[in-house]
Amino acid sequence: MKPRQQRMLAIGLAALGVAIAAGLSLRAFEENMMFFVDVSDVVAGDYPDERTFRIGGLVVADSVEREEGSLDLRFRVTDMRCELEVSYVGVLPDLFREGQGVVAHGAMGADGVFVADKILAKHDEDYMAPEVAESMAKHVEDKTESLRAGQSECNPQ
Amino acid sequence: MWKFFHRLASPPHFYRLAATLIPWLMFPGLLLLAWGSYNGLFVAPPDYQQGDAYRIIYVHVPAAYLSMMAYMFMAIGGGIGLIWRMKLAHAVAAAAAPIGAAFTFLALATGSIWGRPMWGTWWEWGDPRLTSELILLFLYFGYMALRSSIDDIAKADKASAVLALVGVVNVVIVHYSVEWWSSLHQGQTILKKGGPAMDPEMLQPLLAMILGFTLIFGALLARRVRTEVLYRERRTRWVRKMVLAPEGGR
Repeated sequence: MKPRQQRMLAIGLAALGVAIAAGLSLRAFEENMMFFVDVSDVVAGDYPDERTFRIGGLVVADSVEREEGSLDLRFRVTDMRCELEVSYVGVLPDLFREGQGVVAHGAMGADGVFVADKILAKHDEDYMAPEVAESMAKHVEDKTESLRAGQSECNPQ
Repeated sequence: MWKFFHRLASPPHFYRLAATLIPWLMFPGLLLLAWGSYNGLFVAPPDYQQGDAYRIIYVHVPAAYLSMMAYMFMAIGGGIGLIWRMKLAHAVAAAAAPIGAAFTFLALATGSIWGRPMWGTWWEWGDPRLTSELILLFLYFGYMALRSSIDDIAKADKASAVLALVGVVNVVIVHYSVEWWSSLHQGQTILKKGGPAMDPEMLQPLLAMILGFTLIFGALLARRVRTEVLYRERRTRWVRKMVLAPEGGR
């Protein structure tokens, strides 16, 4: 083997080794790599109960209730399978909308309501003009349709 | 074919080639940036959710893309330098590092500025996309620090090439982070399955900006490689001859 090919082999093997090591450590830390926990997992009781964590999902349409004259807020979050009640006191980010993605940081309360101390809006990857969005409003209806249809798959604790 | 590569690898030849290349990269790049900025900021419609705030993508996306692209130049340059003992490849790698670091910083800063009003936070620790991009910035810093800490250029080339190659893992993580894990950062828009999820009127300026940024990156890289080559070859006859020539050499 020529020295050049030896170097090529050495670098290739080293790169392979680093990739495998990285892959294994990422697998091991899978849980911590997740920025948030799915609503279905929370409803099924699969969440870290000794510390605070984040949940992510869509804000259910017409589920947002505000207390008159205060910053108290209650809404439901869905991952298209399960729904979870969230309570929050504070100011909301601009992108917080019904039907849009949201990430909430907090802990489970005793009554099965997720008590959030921080709300982040999660944007999706779709960009469009307002007129286009209006003409696509039907699509949104279809989304809630499939949401309702999927409800039966939810497996609570 | 091979003759072309051998000539390309010769420092004096590349030094001259880069000089002719720079204007051909710079001016089309500036034209694309001008066209892209005008159409992106004034012609493209506002977004149905974000209003005008989304327009920061015209800087954020090209910067983020080049932060990874520059890293690949650094790593592949280092790899070629190690395997084929090609000095010019190491010079390209060394020249790419500060440009890549600048684009990484720009991507982080614009993302943070957008994140404050849209997500509701400047920064979120633990988010895979955000954290891996920050690690990318630290990799650039580490690479440059390692280079400047070793006086012997040949040794610095080898050590930093190994670091750059190991760090490629992180570039892969940056790219796929939004697919592999749940992240606050949105998924792929342009490379989304089933075509770009964006109005053509918004997309065209974005593509122009990406291409424009890339050409400017090429021009900056060519300039820096020229300086790097000149410094590394300062004791050779061709540099001496060029500097002492009546016209001073260009």
